[in-house]
Amino acid sequence: MTEPLPEHPLDLLYSETEEDLRAAVRALLTDRAGHQVLLDRIETESPYAPGLWKSLAADIGAAGLLVPEKLGGQGASHRETAVVLEELGRAVTPLPYLSSAVVATETLLDLADGSEAAAGLLAELAGGRTVAVLAVPLSTAPGAEFPLTGPVPAVADAPAADVFLVPRADGLYAVPAAEATVEPQTPLDLTRPLARVTASVGGTRLAGPDAARTAVRRGLLSGAGLLASEQLGLAEWCLEETVRYTRERHQFNRPVGSFQALKHRMAQLWLDLVGARAAARAAADALATGSPDAPLLVAVAQAYCSKTAVRAAEECVQLHGGIGMTWEHPAHLALKRAKSDQIALGATGRHQDAIAALVGLEPPL
Amino acid sequence: MTDAEELRARTRTLLEEHPPATTDRTDFLRARFDAGLAWVHYPVGLGGLDAPRALQSVVDAELAAAGAPDNDPRKIGIGLGMAAPTVLAHGSDEVKRRFLRPLWVGEEVWCQLFSEPGAGSDLAALATRAVRDGEDWVVDGQKVWTSSAHTARWAILIARTDPDAPKHRGITYFVCDMTDPGVEVRPLRQITGEAEFNEVFLTGVRIPDAHRLGEVGDGWRVAQTTLMNERVSIGGSRIPREGGMIGKAATTWRERPELRTHELHRRLLDHWVDAEVARLAGERLRQQLVAGRPGPEGSAMKLAFARLNQAISGLEVELLGDEGLLYGEWEMRRPNLVDFTGRDAGYRYLRSKGNSIEGGTSEVLLNIVAERVLGLPPEPRNDKDVAWKDLAR
Repeated sequence: MTEPLPEHPLDLLYSETEEDLRAAVRALLTDRAGHQVLLDRIETESPYAPGLWKSLAADIGAAGLLVPEKLGGQGASHRETAVVLEELGRAVTPLPYLSSAVVATETLLDLADGSEAAAGLLAELAGGRTVAVLAVPLSTAPGAEFPLTGPVPAVADAPAADVFLVPRADGLYAVPAAEATVEPQTPLDLTRPLARVTASVGGTRLAGPDAARTAVRRGLLSGAGLLASEQLGLAEWCLEETVRYTRERHQFNRPVGSFQALKHRMAQLWLDLVGARAAARAAADALATGSPDAPLLVAVAQAYCSKTAVRAAEECVQLHGGIGMTWEHPAHLALKRAKSDQIALGATGRHQDAIAALVGLEPPL
Repeated sequence: MTDAEELRARTRTLLEEHPPATTDRTDFLRARFDAGLAWVHYPVGLGGLDAPRALQSVVDAELAAAGAPDNDPRKIGIGLGMAAPTVLAHGSDEVKRRFLRPLWVGEEVWCQLFSEPGAGSDLAALATRAVRDGEDWVVDGQKVWTSSAHTARWAILIARTDPDAPKHRGITYFVCDMTDPGVEVRPLRQITGEAEFNEVFLTGVRIPDAHRLGEVGDGWRVAQTTLMNERVSIGGSRIPREGGMIGKAATTWRERPELRTHELHRRLLDHWVDAEVARLAGERLRQQLVAGRPGPEGSAMKLAFARLNQAISGLEVELLGDEGLLYGEWEMRRPNLVDFTGRDAGYRYLRSKGNSIEGGTSEVLLNIVAERVLGLPPEPRNDKDVAWKDLAR
C-alpha cells in the first residue's frame, strides 16, 4: 500500500439533542404502537395506526428533520433522522417514514432550488400533511439505472401515498395517488405494505432527465444509509428480548440463558451490534456532513447492518424456542422486517459491488 | 491543576536544557522522567505531574515535533502497560522509586510470570509455590507463555502462599529478579517456527519480602489491576482505513490481477466490510473514551480483530495459490518484538491463530461479555469455596 485510502473525520457519538428526540419517539411508540397493537392491525386493511403518523410526523416534527427551516422543515440532519429510524426499527413500526420523510424528501431536496413545485411539495411532506413515495421497487439500489417502464412492482408504502414521485424517460413527475393505479400485493413484511403502481401518464414535471437521475440517486443513497439505523434498532430489540427471555425461561432446573452455548451466541450478537452501531452512525454522519466518503460508508453500513439484523432476528426466533414460532409473539414481525430490509434499497451484493468500485478492489478480469 | 499551556512550557524547557540533537538517548529520557513529562498523570517525583491523562498528547506532540527520542513503548509494553500501574497502585514508596524510572526509560525490561501449564484461562488455579523464610520468600514452580523473559530484568509474578485457602484467596503478588540463579528461561518454539515466548522454571528463587506488592494472600486483587490495565491498553489508538491485515490482502489483490477469482472476490469484500466496520467501532470507542464515557466495547475489539485477522490471513494464503504453498523460513529465531502483519502471508496465517488465545481466549471473553455486559446468569462454579489443595488437578 503506497498511499492510504482517504477518509474523513466522523462524529460517531449521539448528542444530547438526539437522545432527547429518541426518548420522545420511544415514549410515543411504546404508548401507541406496542406489539399487541401491531398484531391486531397487521391483517386489517391497513397496518398504519390512525393518528400515529400525525403524532410522529407533525407533533414531534420528525417528518421535517432533513428539511431546512426556510423550506418548512426542522433544519436538523441525517443524524437525528437516524435516531428516529432506530426507534421505528425497534418497534417494527408500520409508518411510511423511510419512504416519505427520507427517500422522497431527499429526492425533492435535490430539486427544491430549481422547482417551485418540488419546494411546495417538500413543505407539505415536512409538515407531515402529505405522504409521498418514490415509485420504484423497494429493492432498488442507489446506483440503479432509470427510467423503468410499465407497472412498478413492490413499491413500499404505496397504499399510504398521497403523491407518487415517478421517474420517466423525460424526467421526474409528481403524480397524485388518485391519478395512479395502486394494486396492493401481499408482503413478506406485514408492517411495510407493498403495491404494484401504474402512473405512466399525467402529473406535474419536477425535473428533466439528468436532474431527475441525480435527485433519485440522492434519495436512494440517503434511504439506504439511514435504513442501516432501522436495522440497528431492530437488531437491538431482538437481542434485548432474547436476553430477557432466556434469563427467565428455565429448563433442566436452570435459566436457559446460563448455558454457555446460548450465552456465546448472544455475546456474539452483541459484538455484531457494536459494529452495526458504528457503521450506521458513520453512514448517518457522513450523509449529514455531505462527506465525499458518504457513498462508501452507506454501502459499508448496508452490507453490514443487513446481515446483522437478519442474524439477530433469526437468533431471536431460535433462542425463544417454540414461543418464537408463534403468531402471538412479536419475534416474527422482526424477522419479516429484517429479511425484507436485507433486500430493500439494494441487496448485499449490490453494495459490495459499489464498495469494490470505490476502493479499487476490482473483480477478476 | 496543570494545564496544556504549562505542559508545553515545561516541555520546551526540557528541550532547551537537553537538546535532542546533542544529548544521549538514555540521558534525555531520564531528564524527561525527572521533569515529570514521562507519564503526566503519574505522581510528582515518579515521572509525572498529577495532570489529566489526556494531556500526555500535548507533551508527545511537542517532543515529536522537536525530534526527541521516545522510550520505544512497543519494546517495553509489558512494563508500561502492566507492571507500572500495578507497582504504582500497590508498591511501597521505596519500590516505586526503585522501579518506575528505569522501567519507563527502558533500561530495565519487564515480563509477566502469570500463566502456567495447568493454569491458563483458569489463572487462579496456579500452582507455583512461595514459602516464607525469614525476610525472604522461596519460590518454586513453572510459568509459560512468557514473552520478553529472555531480555527481561524484572518480572511481575503471582504465586500460591496458602494452599489451604480457596484458590482466589491464597495468592500473593511479587516482583521477581530474572537474574536470580534459580530462574531458568527456555525458549518455547511455536507454530510459526520461532520462539517469541518462553517457559520459565523457578527453583528455590529467593524474593525479599520488600518486593511483595499488596498484602499476603491478596495477590488476586492486585492481579486485577494488572489485567484491567492490559485490557485498557487495547483499543486506544486510531487505525487508518485498510490498516492491519486487510491492507496486506487488498494490496496483494490489487497488484496481482492474475490471482483473482470470483469466489475470492466475494470473500475479500466480506472481510473488507468487516474490517472497515471494526475500524469504525474502534474509532467510536476512542471517541467515547475522549468524551469521558467509556463503554464496554473494548472487549468487543479484541474478539473482532482475532476473528478478522484469522479469516483475512487465511484468505490471503488461498489467494496466493502456488505461492501460498510456500513458507518464508522455519529457522528458529527469538524475536524481541512480534510483528503481527510483517513477514509473509503464511506467517501471518499461523501467528494469527494466537490472537484468539493470548490475553484471554475468545471463549472466556465471550463469557465475560455475556455475564458482565448482557447480565446473563454466571457459569455454575464448583471451586469457589474449596481449599486449593483439595481441587482436582
